[in-house]
Amino acid sequence: MDKQEILTGLRDIISLYTEEQDALDHISEQTDFIADLKINSANLVDIVLDIEEKFNINIDNESMAKMLNVKATVEVIEDKLAENAGK
Amino acid sequence: MNENRVVITGLGVCAPNGTTVGEFQLAIEQGISGIRRQPELERLGFSCQIAGQPELSPERIAQYFSPLEVRNLDSSGIVYGVIAGLDAWKDAGLEFASANEPDWDSGSFFGTGTSGIDKFRWAINKIDAMEIRKLGSSVVVQTMASGVSAFISGKLGLGNRVSTNSAACATGTESVLMAYEHIKSGKAKRMLAGSTSDSGPYIWGGFDAMKVCTFKHNDAPETGSRPMSARASGFVPGSGAGALVLESLDSALARNARIYGEIIGGHINSGGQRGGGTMTAPNAAAVQRCITEAIKDAHIKPGDIDVINGHLTATSKDAFEIENWKSALGCSKDDFPFINSLKGMIGHCISASGSIECVAAVLQLHREFVFPNVNCEDLNPEIASLIAEDRIPQKRLKKSFNILAKASFGFGDVNACLIFKKYQNG
Repeated sequence: MDKQEILTGLRDIISLYTEEQDALDHISEQTDFIADLKINSANLVDIVLDIEEKFNINIDNESMAKMLNVKATVEVIEDKLAENAGK
Repeated sequence: MNENRVVITGLGVCAPNGTTVGEFQLAIEQGISGIRRQPELERLGFSCQIAGQPELSPERIAQYFSPLEVRNLDSSGIVYGVIAGLDAWKDAGLEFASANEPDWDSGSFFGTGTSGIDKFRWAINKIDAMEIRKLGSSVVVQTMASGVSAFISGKLGLGNRVSTNSAACATGTESVLMAYEHIKSGKAKRMLAGSTSDSGPYIWGGFDAMKVCTFKHNDAPETGSRPMSARASGFVPGSGAGALVLESLDSALARNARIYGEIIGGHINSGGQRGGGTMTAPNAAAVQRCITEAIKDAHIKPGDIDVINGHLTATSKDAFEIENWKSALGCSKDDFPFINSLKGMIGHCISASGSIECVAAVLQLHREFVFPNVNCEDLNPEIASLIAEDRIPQKRLKKSFNILAKASFGFGDVNACLIFKKYQNG
């Protein structure tokens, strides 16, 4: 799965949590979940659960704490997918 | 002391026999039942397999909750409360607060007995299955008792006092009384008062096990809830929510609002589980005192009461309640006010009963009718010996009247009584 596919999957998940359509349309690695997408911080845990389900990965607490923007989130997903592939 | 007069300017309801005020009014005027067979209760081996539950389509729910909220929504009480509450607000012609500043003059007392019991069950099962992480963020807000008032105040942007009260089956009447006192004393201009109660086996099960629900009418749901009937054999459980916008008369007049009626007094007390009162049975002296104190608070005489909307759940306690009213009012068999019970149509909606019944009370006062008592064509002889049969209308009465007393009584030996009056200018 390449970066673009991950980003598209992530955008699908996030669309439910944001009302900032413009920021969502222009989502990039620089997009911040709270500052740009105005996502309620309480929902960040729900986004992680959705990511786990969609990408069939498990995300540990330490990785979860980093997932505040698109760049870090994509990296965590890539890492976890690579771990799965290595098993 | 300069006290505000308090009027009712908005109504909302989510009842087993109507989920809009219009539908509900039509149903109560015509005696239409909202009690239906519940296959799930039958499957689970309940003694009582009939119940009252509001019927809501997903499209209707989507008008009140965002797609994100809907996705994890498993708290029927919050759904009913939000629908009734928001409808009441709109009915009063009030706006939702703007994005950046709440409405400091408006608050809410929205009661419940328990919250999100289905959500709680789901969460408990997840935890026991070692899946605590999968709970996500929606469990706390749907299972905290104040979840319903929190959802409502967030949608409306209420900036005054927002709280959830709980007083068993007196909850809804208590919330209206608390809102009345809050406005009367000048602490808010508007309060959304109401209460809600979840549906389903996990809320009704405890009552079924106590054998306080009827098991004799599973094949005839619509005639199963029988307040004041000789064949009353326990209540039929119900669910839903009722909501009333209470407002200072000054505020209502200033914005030229429609006024449904006025609240002129009330009282709430407890029998302390003394003198015949227990966890589950009322102390007669406390019930009578609650009624007489409400009358005193309203500065009226017992004889001024035209209509009573009773608690009357369809248990053996119905005659005892009538006896208490009669003693408290000090009236004879023939000069007893008209009395009715909504529970014949919708069952006993537990913590929502008081607020749904207050909505029905205000509709009667404003639209000038007395709704019929259903399922008591075989009047309990003990009741018939206390008051004249024509005091218990079995057909809708067209009647303009002035004062209605509404009371609710609950487990824990708690009582609440409210006095509603037709609004007259000046």
